Amino acid sequence: MQPVKIIQSTFVPLSVENIDTDQIIPARFLKATTKDGFGKNLFRDWRYENNDESKPNLNFVLNQSQFKGSILVAGKNFGCGSSREHAAWSILDFGFKAVVSSFFADIFKNNALNNGVLPITVTEDFLQKIFQQNNLSTLTINLEEQTISIDATLENEKFEINSYKKNCLLNGYDDIDFLLSLKNEIEIFESTHN
Amino acid sequence: MPKTLFEKIWDNHTVKIVDDSNTVLYVDRHLIHEVTSPQAFSGIEKRGLKVFRPQQTIATADHNVPTLNQHLPIQEELSRLQVEALIKNCKNHNIELYGLGHKFQGIVHVIGPELGITQPGMTIVCGDSHTSTHGAFGAIAFGIGTSEVEMVFASQTIFQTKPKLMRINIDGKLNFGVLSKDIILYIISKISASGATSYAVEYSGSAIRNLSMEARMTICNMSIEMGARCGLIAPDEITFDYLKGREFAPKFDEWEKSITNWKKLFSDDDAKFDKEINIDASEIKSMITYGTNPGMGISINEIIPSDSAMNSSEKSSFNKALKYMGLQSGAPIKGLKIDFVFIGSCTNSRMEDLRLVANFVKGKKKAENVEVWIVPGSKQVEKQAIEEGIDKIFSDAGFQLRQPGCSACLGMNEDKIPAGKYCISTSNRNFEGRQGAGARTLLASPLTAAAAAITGYVTDVTELLN
Repeated sequence: MQPVKIIQSTFVPLSVENIDTDQIIPARFLKATTKDGFGKNLFRDWRYENNDESKPNLNFVLNQSQFKGSILVAGKNFGCGSSREHAAWSILDFGFKAVVSSFFADIFKNNALNNGVLPITVTEDFLQKIFQQNNLSTLTINLEEQTISIDATLENEKFEINSYKKNCLLNGYDDIDFLLSLKNEIEIFESTHN
Repeated sequence: MPKTLFEKIWDNHTVKIVDDSNTVLYVDRHLIHEVTSPQAFSGIEKRGLKVFRPQQTIATADHNVPTLNQHLPIQEELSRLQVEALIKNCKNHNIELYGLGHKFQGIVHVIGPELGITQPGMTIVCGDSHTSTHGAFGAIAFGIGTSEVEMVFASQTIFQTKPKLMRINIDGKLNFGVLSKDIILYIISKISASGATSYAVEYSGSAIRNLSMEARMTICNMSIEMGARCGLIAPDEITFDYLKGREFAPKFDEWEKSITNWKKLFSDDDAKFDKEINIDASEIKSMITYGTNPGMGISINEIIPSDSAMNSSEKSSFNKALKYMGLQSGAPIKGLKIDFVFIGSCTNSRMEDLRLVANFVKGKKKAENVEVWIVPGSKQVEKQAIEEGIDKIFSDAGFQLRQPGCSACLGMNEDKIPAGKYCISTSNRNFEGRQGAGARTLLASPLTAAAAAITGYVTDVTELLN
């Protein structure tokens, strides 16, 4: 995993609530056995008319060239539904490094963190302030300081993040190395666990 | 100190407390399927590791499998490759696989309980959000992502944050025709699709105590649809009776010993919950969803709500959902013409569901405008249905009894609902495109689905019951 410290970028606004992982990546695209290439089907059924790649839906933000950047900003309860990590993989593969919302579903949040995509929870007020910015406005996410700012207005907020996960992200570690280092403790636990 | 059911199990599986918000939790049973495991197998192989505890891992093929002609090779190439990858991975890592053609094959959350793999007091994980189903036995069971599947492969443990605790008490007598599916759709409609996010939810109260294990599984299954990390119900005599004699349930002396331990699994009288909700069972009527998340539910005789009490961002999401569904605020849902009926999925595909539907449709015929698919949850359910002659009742009614799998719950295999068509479904998600691109899903109980199959439109089943 790549270490993450500061992300400064314009953002893609997707002001829809309860975006479930079936919208992020529909089930029919989960048939791969690797983690690569999911970005092209990110929000597939919102991006194209009638499931036809030659007919992009021009009302959808990913098809509007004025909106670019490595931060996706979405309505509350982002990532609800299926546990498919393919949702995090497709967001990462498309080029997003962070998702900002006022509320995340638990499993998506873990999946994002495990892939180095930052799930940043802001207040509903701050989210609405971000949505009011124009397409050239940038956001700065500082993981070390746990802050997110709207650069044009200097408005900012602190965000919460699991301390262990923060350390993993700053250094590019994953959990498995840590769990493997506990092998002795796990075996001792097993010997008394019934 | 008094403890909740959740805390008793959690504490009993804590290998290490890393800090205030991080625990290394031991996993008793790891269930896997073809869709969310291949990248995890590749992950541990890249590290030069084998699955640490293969005997605690059980595999099946369910999401991608066709539900017709399962004796033939899978037609769709990518699905076939994914199922073949599972076969190869299980062989390389010595994992028991109940794949296509095996007498135990079926939906992962149906076979775990029916084989007695799922037991009270356990921790159970699976790369599938409906793992919450297994909590019906008084287990901590939750869905995980593929990185976490890899963690469990590597170490039989998982890194977790302890959730907050919620208890939902449902007391009183259920109305005639109301099933456990109606209970959970009612709860989600009250607290919303995110109302239990970051909570573990224990269901209790007399209405829950009176439910069968199958009905309890339906409730715990949909805990994730209100965002809950997991759902649990304390085990009791109904749980023990269900498990006794099952393939992998403890036997002889072990059984007695297990019962003694399982009887300790309940929330102590003074145990503290972060949130408690009390529901009077008599409030609950037959439910149906009208929108694109499971919280958008009403009782069948209600009208579709309006957006007048919502803020602007809620309004736009609500209206997007109604537009997708082709429905209008203020209109009744009853009487809406239906194109498909799907009775199946890890929510409602067990023997009890099929029997209930068969009893109701016996001697009746489906409406001409509907296509009806009954998809049993496992080979064992399918076999039992045939032994009981239920297959005949279905074929006489014009219903199609198919072979076990996730089927039309998720639009991944061949069973898809065409764009624009309405499907009454006993599954768990009515998301846009969930049952196929453009498909319009109405979630309901098996009885409500069966009633619509007979009339051809959304029907209050109690009007047809004697």
